[in-house]
Amino acid sequence: MIKVLPLYIKAAGFTLLLSAIGIFLSFVVGIAVSLTVYCKVKFFSVVAKIYIEVARNTPLLIQLFFLYFGFSRIGLRMEAYTCAVVGLTFLGGAYMAEAFRSGFESVDVSQKESAQSLGLNFLQVLRFVVFPQGLSVAVPAICANSLFLLKETSVVSAIALADLVYVAKDLIGLHYKTTECLILLVIFYLILLLPISIYMRKLEKKMRFASHGV
Amino acid sequence: MYEGIDGIRVIFEGINFQRLMVGLLVTLKIAAVSVAVSIPVGVLFGILMTSRKKWVRLLCYFYLDAIRIIPILVLLFVFYFEITRVFKIQWSGEFVAIIVFSMWGIAEMGDLTRGAIRSLPKHQIESALALGLSENAIHRHIIIPQITRRLIPPSINLITRMIKTTPLVALISVIEILKVGQQIIEYNLYRNSTASFWIYGFIFIVYFLLCYPIAEVSRRLEKRWG
Amino acid sequence: MSILEIQNIHKSFGEHKVLNGVSLAVEKGEVIVLLGPSGSGKSTVLRCINGLEPISSGSIILDGETITAPNTKWNKIRQRMGMVFQSYELFSHKSIIENITLAPVVAQKRDIKEVTEQALKLLARVGLTEKQNAYPRQLSGGQKQRVAIIRALCMNPELMLLDEITAALDPEMTREVLDVILDLARDGMTMLIVTHEMAFAAAVADKIAFLDGGVINELSPAKEFFENPKCDRAKKFLDKFKF
Repeated sequence: MIKVLPLYIKAAGFTLLLSAIGIFLSFVVGIAVSLTVYCKVKFFSVVAKIYIEVARNTPLLIQLFFLYFGFSRIGLRMEAYTCAVVGLTFLGGAYMAEAFRSGFESVDVSQKESAQSLGLNFLQVLRFVVFPQGLSVAVPAICANSLFLLKETSVVSAIALADLVYVAKDLIGLHYKTTECLILLVIFYLILLLPISIYMRKLEKKMRFASHGV
Repeated sequence: MYEGIDGIRVIFEGINFQRLMVGLLVTLKIAAVSVAVSIPVGVLFGILMTSRKKWVRLLCYFYLDAIRIIPILVLLFVFYFEITRVFKIQWSGEFVAIIVFSMWGIAEMGDLTRGAIRSLPKHQIESALALGLSENAIHRHIIIPQITRRLIPPSINLITRMIKTTPLVALISVIEILKVGQQIIEYNLYRNSTASFWIYGFIFIVYFLLCYPIAEVSRRLEKRWG
Repeated sequence: MSILEIQNIHKSFGEHKVLNGVSLAVEKGEVIVLLGPSGSGKSTVLRCINGLEPISSGSIILDGETITAPNTKWNKIRQRMGMVFQSYELFSHKSIIENITLAPVVAQKRDIKEVTEQALKLLARVGLTEKQNAYPRQLSGGQKQRVAIIRALCMNPELMLLDEITAALDPEMTREVLDVILDLARDGMTMLIVTHEMAFAAAVADKIAFLDGGVINELSPAKEFFENPKCDRAKKFLDKFKF
């Protein structure tokens, strides 16, 4: 068991790195897409909406296979790693966009109007009223999406990337020590995900207090 | 040898299309059975989560968190490779998939139910108490009818989430649409250079056509009833 | 013997002591109004009597039976007391007639025909017969509160607990609800009422219990209380309502 531990640690590092990059890029894509929709930018908002629906209503594994095996066949060859990042961002961007959009839309019309009546222009209203209020509403959904994306990285093993699942499967195939390998796999995911999950629950409680004014 | 746009033939060649659709049926069966189990059991689980006994609640949260934190793929592996081996039982990949998806669905449905119960105005339950209704009567006549409407949209949404998770079962050797697709691609490896593009593209579209309408129904209901 | 006897009850929420030894006896047919500044614990008294808040110490005796014992079957006890809340709390998924008949049929196991008959009589009494098949959202606040009152009455309670039942209503609707209560008082219903309507309190109450700081400072016949309050706190309290 001790012998395989370094392999797991390395794989956990990879899972974490891939997730971090995926979450960060999803965040960026999400903000851009949600603003396009929220501000009803001509044409682009339609494209953004289609993108959100397509990405949210298809499985990541199929997205990855299509990207990795499919696109390489029509001359768009990508490395597995690039594919994983693109796939995660494609999926995560849509989820994040929905989180931001519902946050922005939760801002009261009267809040925006009173800001406008104070002489703020459209961008200023966005920057000083809609953004801060909407973002704080979106925080729990953003956290939930991050947790979701971290878990979703488990499927990248299917395109031969050495994440936790890949290492576990590899070791099972090599040594047939199924029990140890699977226990380690579960433990490592717990180590990665438990802190985020606990933090999320705390945040949720805090938000509830905030919204009830206690 | 087919090339370029001509490769699209692979979808309709021989009985390929038929095979893909049979695979899709397996996918749908797994999702449907799991949802059918998850919804009723999940609602009961959600009611248990609001129990007044602390140890019951603790046990429930332990289950919920365990299921939520571990990726479904890992759960599938654990059940497929390990549980069957340790308990010396013969479970097909399909059966393992239904078990794992149901466990997950029960947890999700339970959490939704708990949220719906908690969001009922406290006074609604108090006034039922003040009328002398027993706990069972309150669940039956006040709580469940009031949360039903609220639970219908997320229950429908759970169906799409189940469907979107089903491709993972190909990784525990269930012959569903993705696995069938892989078999077709392998067979055409030297006959059709773009087979994987068309097959995976086709499966991608199939999933979208399945999930989008269901997600849309769920969203419309949520808007109307929200 | 009193129908309800509250003996030296204490109640705290964490560090905060709300009731510091409240004692009160209610005779059959008597109407007692609890007055006092907000936060004095008036509503808590009612909620304790109905078992919605467990008390820290003391006891409550209903018709000779101690109902604060640990093994109390609260749902049985509550069937004998009607409670009405400030926010009406009709069940939004049930029609008016279903709201009224639910508890008598389900909790008291009475015959639905007989209950419906009684419910219709009660609805007629408050002038809402034509609303029997409506849903709560179709009613005004005053109408909802009148339904909430007869929903409690249909259980044939031995006494009624009314918790600020007009606080959420505008003056016109307040009137129609209070008329129902005055009518009940004339019929000899035993009631314990928490309200901020001084004129109503004066009209309906046999006795006023003045609560401040979690204890009853004064218990006097209504007329005496309003004309000549004994304790200083009550005097100050009443002064606020004079213009």
